[in-house]
Amino acid sequence: MDELGDIIQEFLVESHENLDQLDRDLVALEQDPGSREMLSSIFRTIHTIKGTSGFLAFHRLETVTHAGESLLSRLRDGAQQMNPASADALLAMVDTVRTLLGSIEETGGEGDVDVESVIAQVTACIEDPSAPKAQAAPAKPAAPAAAEKTSAPAEEVTPEPVVDAAPEKASAPAMVAAAEEPAAPAAEHSPVTPAPAVKEPVAEEPGQNAKRSIADSSIRVDVDLLDTLMRLVGELVLTRNQIVRGVSEVSDPVLARTTQRLNLITSELQESVMKTRMQPIDHIWSKLPRVVRDLSGSLGKQVKLAMEGKETELDRSLLEAVKDPLTHLVRNAVDHGIETTAERVAKGKTPHGTLTLRAAHEGGHVIVEIKDDGAGIDVERVAQTALDRGVVTRDQLARMESREIIALVFQPGFSTAKKVTNVSGRGVGMDVVKTNIEQIGGAVDVDSTFGVGTTWRLTIPLTLAIIQALTVECGAERYAIPQVGVDELVFVDGHSGQMIEHVSGAPVYRLRGKLLPLVRLDETLGLPVRNSDRDVYIAVLQADGRRFGLVVDRVLNTEEIVVKPLTGRMKDVGVYAGATIVGDGKVALILDIPSLARRSHLAAEAAERAQVDQVDARLRGGDIERLLIAGIGERRVAIPLDMVTRLEEFPVERIERVGSREVVQYRDHILPVIRLASLLGCYDVSEGETVPAVVYTERGRSVALVVEQIVDIVEDHIESRSDLDDDGLTGSAVIQQRVTELLDVRRAILAADPRFYSEMSDYNDSMVGA
Amino acid sequence: MPSRQYATFEVADQLFGVDVAQVQEVLRFHEYTRVPLAPTSVGGLFNLRGQVIAAVDLRVQLGLPGRDLDVPAMNVIVSVDDEWVSLLVDRIGEVIELDDEAFEPPPDTLAGAYRNLIVGTFKLQDRLMLALDARRAADTTVPVPVQHTDEGRLAHSA
Repeated sequence: MDELGDIIQEFLVESHENLDQLDRDLVALEQDPGSREMLSSIFRTIHTIKGTSGFLAFHRLETVTHAGESLLSRLRDGAQQMNPASADALLAMVDTVRTLLGSIEETGGEGDVDVESVIAQVTACIEDPSAPKAQAAPAKPAAPAAAEKTSAPAEEVTPEPVVDAAPEKASAPAMVAAAEEPAAPAAEHSPVTPAPAVKEPVAEEPGQNAKRSIADSSIRVDVDLLDTLMRLVGELVLTRNQIVRGVSEVSDPVLARTTQRLNLITSELQESVMKTRMQPIDHIWSKLPRVVRDLSGSLGKQVKLAMEGKETELDRSLLEAVKDPLTHLVRNAVDHGIETTAERVAKGKTPHGTLTLRAAHEGGHVIVEIKDDGAGIDVERVAQTALDRGVVTRDQLARMESREIIALVFQPGFSTAKKVTNVSGRGVGMDVVKTNIEQIGGAVDVDSTFGVGTTWRLTIPLTLAIIQALTVECGAERYAIPQVGVDELVFVDGHSGQMIEHVSGAPVYRLRGKLLPLVRLDETLGLPVRNSDRDVYIAVLQADGRRFGLVVDRVLNTEEIVVKPLTGRMKDVGVYAGATIVGDGKVALILDIPSLARRSHLAAEAAERAQVDQVDARLRGGDIERLLIAGIGERRVAIPLDMVTRLEEFPVERIERVGSREVVQYRDHILPVIRLASLLGCYDVSEGETVPAVVYTERGRSVALVVEQIVDIVEDHIESRSDLDDDGLTGSAVIQQRVTELLDVRRAILAADPRFYSEMSDYNDSMVGA
Repeated sequence: MPSRQYATFEVADQLFGVDVAQVQEVLRFHEYTRVPLAPTSVGGLFNLRGQVIAAVDLRVQLGLPGRDLDVPAMNVIVSVDDEWVSLLVDRIGEVIELDDEAFEPPPDTLAGAYRNLIVGTFKLQDRLMLALDARRAADTTVPVPVQHTDEGRLAHSA
């Protein structure tokens, strides 16, 4: 009984492998319908399953494969051509076989899987079903002879295909093939049946031989054993790190040499052990042609799938983790990315879209790209959807680059699908992809040109257990930051005047002209905050499609660390991705960049809100922050800096009179001038050669406000102010410990040029009217 | 007569014991990595032959002020749910064998944090030993209570 169990087990394993091959072959066959080689291969696979299922008394399985085999043999023999209907039927058959195998695996029996409909579907595809069985006779003698001779235990099974395949082979051109082909199935059959001696008839099967030699040179190893090996190597790496560090302190040449050897051997060992766990990405890619085929077919699209770098290897546990996100991205690309044939033709593109999968090693990571030449992501629509769903506010949006806007598709609850299909757009979308990829220490990124195409880019670590990390110091402790999220390091050099600035309390840093929101590690961790905005390091990190800076005391180095999972009690804290043991043997915590990023977003939003408030304030003419302070007699007058276009010095003699007004020739224009002293009713005491003036220009019209002296430009919060209802002033405030009057600029301008705004409003009206 | 072996130690002058079968080893250690934002009862993490072990400050668990971790502390490493956790204690005592006869449920007057962590008391010749529930003692997710709670459940967990 046990022996039979083993046989079934082996049958299942082998059949599953064969089915995967079958999926690929069938899709490939559709591209190249005439390929006899492909057809023969498919035929053999089905035949093998059928033969063994007969032997093991799985009758449903047998009848299903039998039906498939009948159709296949006709195709193979050229009796009929491969067409989409027969491809669908065969794929449906493969699915049913898979279901049956699944049922056998779980329950030991075939259960009550419906096989009739598939059989009907397959049979319907067989053209010329009327071919009389009798005509099959000539094909019969040769084939069964071969089969019966060679495989004794399977003898009740093997004759069948020949008899059943025969009716379809009846047509004349198939006669020659009929004699030689059944020998091949018999041979393929052999590894599965308990009589492996069957091999001899076909030496001309090169594939078979190659398979054997691979089988001879490789062994199956328990994954647990590999995990144990990997763990031990991890420990070894850590111990090596400690020894290397220790030896560098004692300066013993012999010991140093030995250590160096240990170092090299450890690295090699680590690499070798990692290799044992490596599998080519083709393992998960191989299922995708089928996915793309079915999906594009059901959506009325034509999609060509290209794969580059199939052989790129990564750790099996990672492969497993990447499978679902990858499939999701591929489905998404076919569903939302690539347009229908009609749309493509209308746009002047090729009728079939191309989906390119590319995998490559790059700097200690595996990069997987999913690239389509479809419609691209519509930034406007993403922005609108993000607004509608409340993912961002309008103000946040205004400040975002299109790349950042596109990255919003990774936000939870975001889906731009116009209509919900059964393929994607079910609300579990890109955020799940992102979460899954981040869980394994990877990153996902999107780049899209509207109308041209979209590229999704997955950055995956080579292995889960050992990662490159940056070690930093904050307070008395060291922390490790996974290298994958680190963009660059910045030293805020106090000597050259660099420093951290604050936008209403939220720290920011000017990185090449852009404001980088900052997270202070000490503050985030609730440690005593070092009160310094200079001479600190900023690690520029990337997560959630956004950059932020992590402020730390010191950056130490990068090293390979072994990730040790944290127990539940530490995980709850949320800031740590794990722990590791660093060079000197101490434990360091590994920071979780995405959760730090979420904290930074809070800070960044606060900063943004503050900026918005500021803008609003400026619009209202209220709490102005940046002010020009001018002196007029004994008085100080503040003018909002955004009401200042230029500061000029005009020679007194050039100020001319036109009627009751004063003007000055300025840049080929006549510029109206108002002396603030006279406007505010104080004596004009300026008797110099020149007078300073504030020039304000709006829509081509300018005025000059002459003051006595320019005192300063200040940035200040105006906290105490009073509404002195004096002419020409909006009030007064304490700025730089002195009472300063706030100029009613509008009034001053009107005093200089009464038509300044009226013509402006004409202009505005015409704008609105246009 | 059925008996059990207890590894004993002192915290705040009180003698405690845990079932010796749960104790992996006892060692003195002083370099702990603090875990900011973690419950205060987590004294820190340390490296025990390549394993990262969390050290739980029993003083905090018992509702007392935390220990100064810059001076070496004694670690009683216990195995709880297949995971090693260190209990930080003041002093290590002997391993003693005690008859189950000498066992008594915690006195009614025992309150608060103590009561939560104790499964019973043993009367030794000159003093009392409190038998500690290692799992509860190592559990830092439960806030340390000021008042004692469900007493029936405690008696059962012995």
